[in-house]
This record gives sequence, C-alpha cells and structure tokens, in this order.
Amino acid sequence: MEWFDDWALTLAVFIPLVGMALVLLIPRAQEQAIKVTALATSVVTAAVGIGILVDFNYDKSGKLQFQADESWIDVISSRYHVGIDGIALPLLILSMLVVIGCIIYSWDHFPEPRNAKAFLALVLLLEVGMNGTFVAQDLILFFIFFEVVLLPMFFMIGVWGGPNREYASIKFFLFTLFGSALMLVGFLALFFTSKQQTFDMVQLTQFGGAGIDHTTQMLIFGGFFLGFAIKVPMFPFHTWLPDAHTEAPTVGSVLLAAILLKLGTYGFVRIALPMLPDAAKDWAPWIGLLAVIGIIYGALCCLAQTDMKRLIAFSSVAHMGFVMLGISTLTDFGINAAIFGMVAHGLITGMLFFVAGSVQERYETREMSRLGGLLTQAPKLGWILGFSAMASLGLPGLAGFWGEFPAILSAYDPSAALDGIAGSSAFTTYRTFMVIAAIGTVLAAGYLLFMLQRVAFGTPKPEFENAHVHDVHVPEWLAWAPLLVLILVLGIYPNLLFDVTDGAVTNVSTLFSG
Amino acid sequence: MLDYAWIIPALPAVSFFVIMFFGKRAPKHGAEIGIAAVGASFLLSCVAVVEWINRVEDATGGESHGLVALGKSIFAAGGAEHGVAPVVHTLTWWTSGGTEFGVGTTVDGLTVMMMFVVTLISLLVQIYSTAYMHDDRRYTWFFACLSLFTASMLTLVVSENLLQLLVGWELVGLCSFMLIGHWWEDRANSRAAIKAFLTTRVGDIGLMIGVIIMFFAAGTFSIVGINEYALGGEAQHSLLMFGALCLFIGIIGKSGQFPLHTWLPDAMAGPTPVSALIHAATMVVAGVYLGARVYPVLYEGFNIHDGGANFMAIIGGVTILIGALLAFVQRDIKRVLAYSTISQLGYMVMALGVGAWTAAVFHLFTHAFFKALLFLGAGSVSHSGSHHSFDMKSDMGGLRKHMPVTFATFMIGSLALAGIFPLAGFWSKDEILATAGESGFDAFVVVGLIGAVLTAAYMTRCVYLTFFGEYRGHGHPHESPRAITVPLIILSVFSVLAGFANAVPLGIHKFTEWFEPTFAFPHLVHAEFDYSLAIISVAIALVGIGIAASLWFRKEELGPFAGLTKRNALAGRGYTFLENKYYLDFLYENVIVDGIRGGVARAYYWFDQNVIDAVVKGVGRGAARAGRFAYDALDQRVVDGSINAIAAGTGEAGGAVRTVQSGRVQRYALLLFASVGVMALAVFLANVD
Amino acid sequence: MDLNAFLILAAVLFCIGIYGVLARRNGVLVLMSVELMLNAVNINLIAFSAYVQDVSGQVFALFVITIAAAEVGVGLAIVMLIYRNLRSPDLDKIDQLKG
Repeated sequence: MEWFDDWALTLAVFIPLVGMALVLLIPRAQEQAIKVTALATSVVTAAVGIGILVDFNYDKSGKLQFQADESWIDVISSRYHVGIDGIALPLLILSMLVVIGCIIYSWDHFPEPRNAKAFLALVLLLEVGMNGTFVAQDLILFFIFFEVVLLPMFFMIGVWGGPNREYASIKFFLFTLFGSALMLVGFLALFFTSKQQTFDMVQLTQFGGAGIDHTTQMLIFGGFFLGFAIKVPMFPFHTWLPDAHTEAPTVGSVLLAAILLKLGTYGFVRIALPMLPDAAKDWAPWIGLLAVIGIIYGALCCLAQTDMKRLIAFSSVAHMGFVMLGISTLTDFGINAAIFGMVAHGLITGMLFFVAGSVQERYETREMSRLGGLLTQAPKLGWILGFSAMASLGLPGLAGFWGEFPAILSAYDPSAALDGIAGSSAFTTYRTFMVIAAIGTVLAAGYLLFMLQRVAFGTPKPEFENAHVHDVHVPEWLAWAPLLVLILVLGIYPNLLFDVTDGAVTNVSTLFSG
Repeated sequence: MLDYAWIIPALPAVSFFVIMFFGKRAPKHGAEIGIAAVGASFLLSCVAVVEWINRVEDATGGESHGLVALGKSIFAAGGAEHGVAPVVHTLTWWTSGGTEFGVGTTVDGLTVMMMFVVTLISLLVQIYSTAYMHDDRRYTWFFACLSLFTASMLTLVVSENLLQLLVGWELVGLCSFMLIGHWWEDRANSRAAIKAFLTTRVGDIGLMIGVIIMFFAAGTFSIVGINEYALGGEAQHSLLMFGALCLFIGIIGKSGQFPLHTWLPDAMAGPTPVSALIHAATMVVAGVYLGARVYPVLYEGFNIHDGGANFMAIIGGVTILIGALLAFVQRDIKRVLAYSTISQLGYMVMALGVGAWTAAVFHLFTHAFFKALLFLGAGSVSHSGSHHSFDMKSDMGGLRKHMPVTFATFMIGSLALAGIFPLAGFWSKDEILATAGESGFDAFVVVGLIGAVLTAAYMTRCVYLTFFGEYRGHGHPHESPRAITVPLIILSVFSVLAGFANAVPLGIHKFTEWFEPTFAFPHLVHAEFDYSLAIISVAIALVGIGIAASLWFRKEELGPFAGLTKRNALAGRGYTFLENKYYLDFLYENVIVDGIRGGVARAYYWFDQNVIDAVVKGVGRGAARAGRFAYDALDQRVVDGSINAIAAGTGEAGGAVRTVQSGRVQRYALLLFASVGVMALAVFLANVD
Repeated sequence: MDLNAFLILAAVLFCIGIYGVLARRNGVLVLMSVELMLNAVNINLIAFSAYVQDVSGQVFALFVITIAAAEVGVGLAIVMLIYRNLRSPDLDKIDQLKG
C-alpha cells in the first residue's frame, strides 16, 4: 500500500478534475452518460476517501499523513505539498459525501436552464477546489484551491439561480474575492518576513511567527482574518450569504452551506492560529465578540424572515458564530467543538437546504405564509424537516448539540494565554460570551420551531389544498440517507469524530497553553 | 440488574425504532411492541429495586431497624467509607484535549425508585392509550413517541453524569413537544407545544450553565464526583452558589415553578395519557429529580443547613400557593389538575429547599401515582362521559352514576391529593411539613398548610362539578372499557398503599432506608412523626373539602344540600363542622373564599395571563420586532447599504472619468501637451534655485 | 557656431507643429504638422550632436527620419481610409472611440 500513501490525496483531489474533463467530452445529448460519469467520478473519489479512512493512523491523528511533497513552482519556492491530519480528515470526507448527495439529488430535476453537462462539470470542479483546500500544505496551493471554488459557485448561482441571481452571484464573488485578496497579501507578507522564505505550511507552523514584530503580526493576521471571516461568514461580513443562498439553486446552497463556509473556519484553525499565535491571542477576544454578536444577530434576523431559505441562511450566521466562539477560546475544548460544529453544521444545514429546495420544487414558493400542513401532504418530507430542525437547534442526541454545547462549555474557561491580553477580565469577558451564546440557543429553538410550525404543522392553505404533492422520492432518499444517518450516529456517539480531531487539535491548542 | 441498568432504557429506545419502521405493519399497529418493551423494562426495574434493597440490607446488616427508635436522630450515615455506594458503569463517550468523558449508569436508591415509577406509569399509560387513542389518525406514531419518551426519561434517570442527564432532559422535552402537538393540524396545539418547548428551554440556559460551572469546579461531569466535591469542604462557596442557582433555574423551567410555570396548563392541549405520563407523573418531576440527584450542590450552595429562608424554598412555597389558587378558576378539568400539579411540584421543591430530601422524593413517588390516576380519570370521563370535552361546567356533572369505577378511583386520587389519612398524599405531605418544622423552617410549614387547605377545596370543587349534580352534557355517558379502568384501579391501589412505604408512626421507615443515598450525601434531619401537625393537616384538608363542598353546592343550587352529606361522609362531616360554626362559614364563604375566588385568584390568573404570560409573549414578540428592526434598519440599510455604497461609489467614479475619453484625437493631444507642459513647469520650478 | 540659433529655429518649428496638430481639422495637415515637430526635434538632435562632438545624435536623427517616413505612410493611409468612409478628412467627426 506504499503507493496509496503517496498518491491517495492527489487522487482524491484530481479524480474529480478528470471526471470533469470526461463529462465535458461527452456530447450534450447523451445526458444519461453524463450523469453516470459524474456520479461514478464522485463515487470513485469517495472510495479513495474510504481508503484514506481505513488506512489513516488514528493513534497519530495529530501527525500529517499521506504526505506528498514535490517541487512545483521553484521561482517562488512554492511546492506541491499535500497531507492530512485529524482536523482535515472529517471535512474532506464530508465534502466527498455531500458531492455524491448533490449529484444524486439533481438526478432528474436539474434547475432551469437544465444543461446537466455544464452543471455537473461545475459540481466536479467545485469538488476539486474543496478537496484541495483541505489537503493543501502549501500556502500558494491552498490559495489556488481556495479560489478555484469561487468560480463554479459563481456560475452556479449566476446561471441556475433565482430571479435576482446576477446581483447575488456578483456580490458573492466580489465580496469573497475582496477577502481573499487581503488574505493573499497576508500570505506574501508572511513569506517575506519569515526567515526561511517559504510557503510551506508545516514549516511556517513550526516557525510560529517567531521574529516578526508584533505590529506586523497583527496586520498579517488582519489580512487572514478578513479573508477567512468573510468566508465563514462572521458578522458584519455576512451580507453576501443570505443573497447567495436565496438565489442559488438547491445544490448550490447545499454545497455552499455544507462545505464552502467551512473553508473559512478551517483556515482559522489551520493557518491563522498556528502560524501567528501571538497575534491570535490579541485578536481572539474580538473574534469571540463578533462570534457572539453573530449568534444573537443571526437568530434575530431569522425571526424576521418570511422566506424559508433565507431563514436557514441566517441561521448559518448564528451557527457559525458558535464555531467561531469555540475557536476564539484557543483551547482544545473550543477547537474540538468548532470542528465538530463544522461537520454538524455541514450535515444539518445541508439537509435543511435540501428540504427547502424540495419544498420549493413542490409548491413553487418558499414564502412561509403561503405554506402549511406539509406534514399532511408529504409526511415524510415534513418529518425530515422536523428532524433537521431539531438537529439544528442543538437537540442532544443529534449532531448539532456537540458543536454547540462544548463551544459554550469552552467559553467558560478560555485559554490561559488570553489572560494577559484582555487583562484580568479575560474570564469575565468570555463568561459573558458564554451566557449570551446560551441565550442564543433559545432563540435558535424559537426560529426553527416557528418555521416548523408555519411550514409543517397546521393544514395546507386553500391555494394548495388540492395540490398533488409527491412525498420524498428515491433520489432524495438516496441523497439524504447518509446525512440523516450521520446526524443521528454522530449525535449518539460523538467520540467517532472527537477521537479523530483531538490529537490534531491538541497540536494547535498547545501553542496557547503557556 | 444493577450492573446492566442500561438495558432498561435501551428496550424502549429499540422499540421506538421498531415501531417507527415496522409499527404500521404490526397487527396492533405498534401498540403491542411498545407495551412489550416497556413491560419488560418494568420487570427489569422491579428486579433492580429488589437487588438494590438487598444491597442496602446486606450493607446495613438489618441494624437500621434500630434507627427507627431514634426518631429525631440524624439518620444518614454520610461519608464515603460508611455509605452504600452507587453502582457506576461508564464507557467513553467523547474525548477532548485528551480528557475522556463517559456515558454510563449510576444506580442507587433514587435511580431504582424512579425507574420503577417511570416504567410502571409508562406501562399503564400505554395500556390505557390502546383504548383512549383507539381511532387516532396517528396511533402508531403516538406509541413510538411514548416509547421514545420512556427511553429518554430512563436515560435521564440512570445518567452517570450531568451531561448525559442534560441529553435525557432535552430529549424528554422533545417528546413533550411532539406529544403536546400531537394534533398539530390545530394551530392552538402547535402553539402550546412550542410554548412548552421554549419556556423550558429558557430554564435550560440555567441548567446548561450550571452544568458547565459544576464541570469546571469539580473537574468532572460525574454526578458522584460533583456531589463529593460539593461536600468535600474544599469547594469555593461562591462557585457552588452560582452552580446551584443555575441548576435551580433549570429546575424552575422543567418542573413548572413560578415564574416559568405558565407552559404547563397550556401543555394540556396534548392527549390526556400524555398529560398523565409526561405532565404529571414523570417529565415535570425531572427537575425535582435533578435537584435530588445533585442535592449536595444545592444543599451547600443555598446554605440549607443554616435554616431560614432560601431562594429554593421560597420559589417552592410561592408556587404552591399560586398553583393552588389558580386551580379554582378553571372550567377545564385538565387545567385544574395541571395547576394542581404545579402546586404539588412546589411542595417537592420546597421540601428540597428546607432540607427534607426524603420527603421530597417520597412526595414525588406518591404524587406520581395519584396524579396520574387523576389525569387518567379525567381522560376516562372525556372518553366515555362528556363526548371528548374537558369542560366541567358545560359537559359534565352527575357522572358518578354512569361511571362508577372512574368515580371511585377519581375519588381515591382526589383524597390522596388532598392529603387525607391514610392515603398516599397524607404520608408524604406530612413528612415534608414535619421535616420543615423540625429544621426550623416554620414559615414554610404555614405555607404548606395553606396549600393543603386550598388543595382540598379545589379538588372538592372539581369532583363536585364532574361527578355530582345533574348531567349537563349532550352525550350518552357510560363506563369506559377495561383497558382504561384497569390502569385506574391499579393506580388507585398504589395511591392508597404507596404512603405506607414510609409510615413513620407505624415504625415503617423502608423508603428512607432503601432509597435515601448514604454515599456522598449531606447529613439530613429526619423528623419524628408529629401527631399534632398530622392532625392539623388532615383537619385543615377536611375543612377545605367542607367549605368547598358547601359552597359549590349552594351556589349552583343543584340538588338537595343534605344529599351530599349523606352520600359522602367526609364532605358531610366537613359541612357539619362548618354549620356548627356559622360565623366561620360566613367568613369563609363571603370573605375568604369569595375573596380568593373572585379577587385574589382572578387577579393572580390575570397576572398570570396578562403579566407573566404577556412577558413571555412580549419577549417573543419583542424579539421578533427587534429582529425585524435589526434586519430592516441595520442589516439591509447600514451593513448591506455600506457594501452597496462602495460598489455605487466605484461606478460613479468611473462615470466621472469617462468623459475624458472623448474619442477625439486632438483633444487627447491637447491633454498630452498640456500635461507635458505642466510637468515641464514642475520640473523647472523644482530646479530653480 | 551659435547653438542658440538652431535651438530657436527648432523651437519655432515645434511650436508651429503643435499649433498645427491642435488647431487644424484636416487630417493631412495634422500629419504635416507632426512632421514639422519631428523635424524640429531632428534639428535639435543634430545641433547638439555637433555641439558635443558626438555622432550618436545624428544616428538618432536618421532613425527619426526613417520612422517619420513610415509614420507618414501609415498616417496618410489612415486618413485616406477615413476620407473614404466619412467623405471628409475632418478629424472632429471621428469620435467613434468615445467612452
């Protein structure tokens, strides 16, 4: 299995690219062949993922595994360096899984203007970017994959989106590009200020910002922060999200919520914190503050929504607030919670967007005032919505809880490294955050239950009384079943995930334990 | 069985999934699966109870009988080396920062007692539901939910640690939500369900933070570990106080304590078996159970050993009174019982607050039986007597002739609730009052006695309106089928006998002996049986019955007055007692009871509906409004507006520069020459010196 | 020899050229004016070359003459085409590149 160790990650990233090329080669008329090729590609990619899961050494989850390190662009001493540890592994697998789900889901209802060929090619290209970001161990490589993601999503929203799609897609593209430009500046600054003049993430992590003066570190971190925070998105950089989600086709929303948002938080954990630990300490309380504002703010905005999809989009702001709160504590508790939160949010919000898409497909509206009685017309769909809503509001026993509760828990006792920074009041500050975040859980229950009440309970409105509504059909079941099962399994036995991430997270948190 | 306690919650959990997936195809549509699973759990719980009793008996070697004679003596052994340790088993549940967190079972007296109660009542309620819910459109789903509820409740009960308890806690909340909203086609029901879920979740903020505080204080989630920490003497008192306060907020939310009790009456929108199981006997006492479970934290945190008032006892006392008073003004029989539940939960919380741990748990034990009995009785009435209505004034009355079994069992339940000797409620309520008095909480004894008189009075009213007088409904009342009456009879047997588990004057101490923890537990006072107090409390209950009986009798002018006293000895005696002291009768009728009924209770109800409930609603509405404001004014205008402004600004700047590109060669040349000239001038000026 | 005389001549020529480029409307005359400016520069180049005794200025002037020839060729061709298309050599009418 020697070759597998060397090639697994490269395969995981580039098989979708090959698949995309194949899809593009098949004439547009042969839609069946296109769909089969795309599905086969994603399944083969996932098979590589399963191989990685099997072969991964869980006892050393903190160590980079499956590394490949080849020379690439010597001029700027950037190398093709990929590797994976306990933090990236769950996200990589999640990405593979969600892509399969998306391809199956769109099997026979592609959004207008159909064109399965282009649509699937974009989905596969997206997978290249997502998988690549999670395995890259070189800043330039990371940046390229990070940006590769933008393009397919831009087209997906701009071509297959809703009525206001042009505005939304441009907003999405520009907003995130703005952030990544500053992030790139940060990368370059780090390159030139580091002694080794390298983009290698492993070396930069070991280097840990030593010798860079504090102001410079703070500025570089600022660049990273903008790049990642916009992607997360954190308050007040979130406004692209509701528009993008509202206009995006279902599959686009799912991928956006499930994976793309995670690129931001992953960036914090993988790049911003370990490479500039000193600056991270100074920034952390502010990140925590924005995170809790996001929790409350997102929840309040949710309460004002009448559009189902928009509500779910705002709920992402709130949920990612919990993730960021966990990260901002700089403790192993918090970061573990954050990674669990990322995976859980990916599964749950992905599911909610799937359901919202299916509701829209059946009723051709997402206005909650027009909906009602979903449970009487399509009971299974209704119960899946209820299940996902319950998971989203952090019900223990389902995955959402394990992102939320440990994050709140960690805020009680933030890293000792923060003590000097926020004065002796670091504990007071973070405990205030904790209480606010806990109040956020009640608001979350509020808006999700109101949504459930308006959409699922009651009786159908007169205009849909006699509508024939198809309950969940086979492609939907196939696409959703893995997500639903994982939400339940991770909720009941969270150690499946915590055990994987813990080793790698400890590597990060020890930087702040002094 | 003590070592395999996980099987007890696992059985109904499995049955939930089985019913979900295969229930519709089963011959009885899933009911038989649920009943079989919970029946098996019940048997195993019985085994666990027996094993635990043996364990205690072995440890104490039968010496505990000697303690009975000591009466007032300090009973519990305390201290790790003397007590009977709980049986604890754990597995790794999750890991963080190298620390492993367990999931598992802690089995001690409290656990086995709760398992017994939960499984028994679940079993009876499920049997009852086969008849009650017979034609329901979601019959299978209903049984699945009941199974899930039982599983969650048992998980909560056997939890090894507070986090696991929190999981069970939220899951029972979920089941409560689903079952209150069982008939979700009607908007009122789903509103009630959401109200219940959200209100308890407000309390859960407290619980969550309390759990977190205790975790960081004690360094573990383990219940035994936290209790040992609290009693270890090295704990920081302020931490314990905050921890206790936060945990208590959780208890307030779950156990319907003032001021978060408003959800419980609304929760009656659910099917009646659910009200009996969840909103009377088991889920709502989860708060009390939590209090009992981590009692050392509350004990130390609230300084209960010092005597005098503390937050917990005060809240409990206030709840007793407001619950009881509100029960007077209800037309809906289930709402009467709901307020009564609130009031009785107040007793339990107050008992915990005054250091009467055993009494609180004992009251939990007896209350479960008689309150479930009353709810199921009310269900039986609506099922077979009042055509699915719960309105006592318009659809009931005179049902005793038509439904003798329901009537007899309902009477037993009412008398037990009113605390009449020798029924279950008497023993437990009396023990609460005696212990409170013994520990120097005199004010709370008075509160308890007032509660007793009110309880007796409102139950009399309820019984009167339901079973006496003329039938006012429009159906054809008849006795309920056996699936309904048999559980009623079983529960009434328990309601009569359960109290004797701790009948102190008879020398029976079994409940204390078996179920009070002796490991990591504070030294508590155990009161001697106080005959005068007992006589007072029974008398006062009888007075309550008497007053109420005479009142409603007269006012409604239904039937001859003497008829009730002849038929009902208790009411008759109460009435005679009143007749002999006419001035008291006048005082009670026109001043106190009318005052309470017409003024205070209505004012309370008004306060309840218009202030407390309005605050709850107002907070919800305000949050929605704030959300709308934040969205419209801030998000869309300021935050999003500034983003759009940047884009617009860039565009306008482009528009401004655009005119320069005129397309005319000569204008370009002019610009070129002019700028060269300017530059030349600049260079010249710069170099002129 | 007096350098100033050459420079004054060149300056006068250059100014005439600028005037022509900016003020004339006829494309051909504009080209001619450009030619005048170039030649003014040539005079300067050669004058300075002689003055500093360095041949490179003259080489430059030769280059300029060559380029100017080419420029006139291309320029006239463009003016011809403009004339064919617009029936007028008037430069003010050509503003299709307006932004």
